[in-house]
Amino acid sequence: MPAYLEKINPPSDDKRWKMVAATMKKLGNRPSALIEALHTLQQTFGYLDKPGLIFVAAVLRVPPSLVYGAATFYHIFTMKPQGEHSCIVCTGTACYINGSGGLLKSIEAHEGVKPGQTTTDGRLSVLTARCFGACGLAPVAVVDGQMESRLTPEALQKRLEGMRVHAG
Amino acid sequence: MLAEELKTVAAREQEAESSRTACINVCAAASCQALQSDELKKALTLAVAAQGYGPEACTVRQVGCLGLCGAGPLVSVEPGGILYQRVQPSDAEEIVAALEGPRVERLALDSQMPFFTRQHRIVLENSGRIDPDRMEDYIAHDGYSALSTVLLEMQPADVIAEVAKSGLRGRGGAGYPTGLKWETVAKSAGSNKIIVCNADEGDPGAFMDRSVLESDPHRVLEGMVIAGYAVGASEGYIYVRAEYPLAVARLKTALRNAERHGLLGGDICGSHFTFRISIRLGAGAFVCGEETALLASIQGLRGTPRPRPPFPAQAGLWGYPTVINNVETFANIAPIIRNGGDWFSQLGTEHSKGTKVFALAGSIRNMGVIEVPMGMTLRNIIFDIGGGIPDGKRFKAVQTGGPSGGCIPENFLDTPVDYETLTSLGSIMGSGGMIVMDETSSMVDVARFFMEFCMTESCGKCIPCRAGTVQMHELLGRFCERRARPADLIMLEALCDLVRNTSLCGLGQSAPNPVLSTLRYFRPEYEAALMADTEALGGAA
Repeated sequence: MPAYLEKINPPSDDKRWKMVAATMKKLGNRPSALIEALHTLQQTFGYLDKPGLIFVAAVLRVPPSLVYGAATFYHIFTMKPQGEHSCIVCTGTACYINGSGGLLKSIEAHEGVKPGQTTTDGRLSVLTARCFGACGLAPVAVVDGQMESRLTPEALQKRLEGMRVHAG
Repeated sequence: MLAEELKTVAAREQEAESSRTACINVCAAASCQALQSDELKKALTLAVAAQGYGPEACTVRQVGCLGLCGAGPLVSVEPGGILYQRVQPSDAEEIVAALEGPRVERLALDSQMPFFTRQHRIVLENSGRIDPDRMEDYIAHDGYSALSTVLLEMQPADVIAEVAKSGLRGRGGAGYPTGLKWETVAKSAGSNKIIVCNADEGDPGAFMDRSVLESDPHRVLEGMVIAGYAVGASEGYIYVRAEYPLAVARLKTALRNAERHGLLGGDICGSHFTFRISIRLGAGAFVCGEETALLASIQGLRGTPRPRPPFPAQAGLWGYPTVINNVETFANIAPIIRNGGDWFSQLGTEHSKGTKVFALAGSIRNMGVIEVPMGMTLRNIIFDIGGGIPDGKRFKAVQTGGPSGGCIPENFLDTPVDYETLTSLGSIMGSGGMIVMDETSSMVDVARFFMEFCMTESCGKCIPCRAGTVQMHELLGRFCERRARPADLIMLEALCDLVRNTSLCGLGQSAPNPVLSTLRYFRPEYEAALMADTEALGGAA
C-alpha cells in the first residue's frame, strides 16, 4: 500500500484523540482543517503538545513546520500545560482605561505570576485577552470560564482566594 | 420552507403573541449573561408560575441585546415597553406582581430617554425583541421574507442593482460600496464563487457584531444567502472570533434550524438555489480581520496578509472569486430588499447611506450598543444618547476605529459622523467602537496602549510594520516616562510617515493613526514630556 493511504494512528489509546480525529474527518482531513483541529486539540488536552501537533500534521498531510507555525502564530493556542484554574484579564481599550493594569499588578503582587505564567504549584494560570466585548462592564476578567465584571484589584483577589479555599 | 409556510408560521407566532397578557423579556446577550441573567430568568419563570400565570397568559423568554449593557441585567416587559435595569433574582416576584399594575419604579428605566428615542434601528430592529434561538420569532418579524422574494421573484442582477441603489457601504470600516463588490464577483469568470462573513471583530472596545450575532443570527444568514444568489455562489463561511463563545453557539443553533427547515441547503424556499454555510473559528489574531489574512486563516494557514491586487473579489478563498463582507453589512441586506434601495438611501448623508451601529464604552454614562442614522453629530451621540461623562468630569476625546483610528477632541464634536468626515479628522469610521475619554486620560499613554496592541498583533510579514511598531512603541514609552528628547519627537513623526506609507496591509498602514491624531490635537502633552527632560538636563549642568 502506498504510504499516503496508510491510516495514521493516534499517539496513544487515550480516548480524547478520537475527538481530534473526528474534527479533522468532518472537514475531510484536508489541510484547511488545521485551525479547527488545533482548537479541538487544545480544548481536549488543555494545551498543544508535540505528539499532538505531529499527529495533526500526519493526518492532514501538512508539514510539521506549518503546523508549528500556525500553533505559535495564533494567540489563543498555548504550548504550555495550564494550571488547575485560569484567570484571563481583559486588556482591551475600555478595560485598560478603567484599570485592567491595576488588576494585573495586583495578581503579580499576590500570586507572583505575570500574564502567560502559571503559579509554581500549578494552581493558577494568568492570561490576558484583547476584548471580550463586554466593555460596558469594564474592567472584566474571565475566571474559570465565568466572567467577573466591574472589578477592582480587591474584588479580583477575593475571587482568586475564594478559589484557593475551594481547592484546598 | 416555502413562501406560504413562512407566512403561516409568521401568522401563528403573531397570533400567539397578541393573545398573551404579558411577556417578560430577559436579556441573554453576553454582557447581561456575565451578570447572571440566566439565574434571573429562572427566578422570573418561578415567580410567574407561583403567581398563577399559565404559559399562554405570560411567558418569560430570553431575548437578544437590549442595548444599555452598562445597566445590566436588563429586563423588558410587554406590552407597555417597560424596561428594568440592574435586576436581581430577588426582584423577580415584585416585577411579576407589577404586571397588571404600576411598574416597579425602583428598577424602571425611562424608555423616553434620548438613549432610546434618538436611535434609528434597522440592523438592530429585532435585538431585544426576539429569542435569538427561535427561528419562528425571526420569521414572525418578517424574517426570511426577503430571501423568498429574492429567490422566487428576482433575477440576480436585480438584487445587485437594489443593493447598489441603496448606497450601502461596507460596515467593517473601509466603506467599499457593497453593490460594486458584489457586481465584481458576479462578473468574475468561473462557476465556483464564495461568500465570506467577517465576524472577526478584533478591535478592542468594539462589540457591535457580537451583539448582532447573539441577538439576531438569522438576519446575518439571510443576508449571506441573498448575497450568494446575487453573485452565483453556493458556499459561505462565517469567520468568527473564538473569544465570542455565545455568538458561536447562537450561530450554530441558527444554522441547524435554517437547514432543518429548508432555508439553507438544497432547493431553498422551493427554488432550485443551493447554499451552504460553515463556521470557522478565529484563534485570537487581530490581523485576521484583514481580508486576505482572514482567507489564509480559513485555508488553515498562518493569518498573514498578501498584496492586493488581485482582490478577493477576483481571486479569494482557494483562488475563487469571493465576497467578503462584515456582519453588519449582511445584516442590512434583508431590510434593503424588503423596503427597497430607495428607502435605505433616504437615510444618512450624501456619501454614507443608512445607519451605523456603534458600541459606546469608556468614560460615558450610557454604555452599550446603539444604532443611529449616518450624519448624526458626535456630540449628539456622546452627550444625548450616551448621557455625557459621569462623575462630573470633563470630556477630553473620543476614540473611534480602535487601534486603526484616532482620538477626536471636543472642538470637533459637532462634526456629522460619516466615512469621509472621520477620515478628514485623522480617524476612521472603523467597525464602530467608540471609547470616550475624560480629562484624567493621558493621550500619550493612550497612543502607547494602541501601539503596544499593534506591535503584538503585527504578523511580522513586512518589515515596516514588524520593526516600525516596536520602535514607535519604545519612543512613546520615553514620552510616557517623561525622558524624551526633541529628537525623539522628530523620529516618531518620521516613523509614523514611513510605517503608514510602506506597510503591506491595513494593520501597519493605520497603526500610526492613534499617534498622529494625538500629535495633531494634543501636541502639548508630548511637548510637556520634552520640557521636563530639558529642565532636568539644565539642572544637571
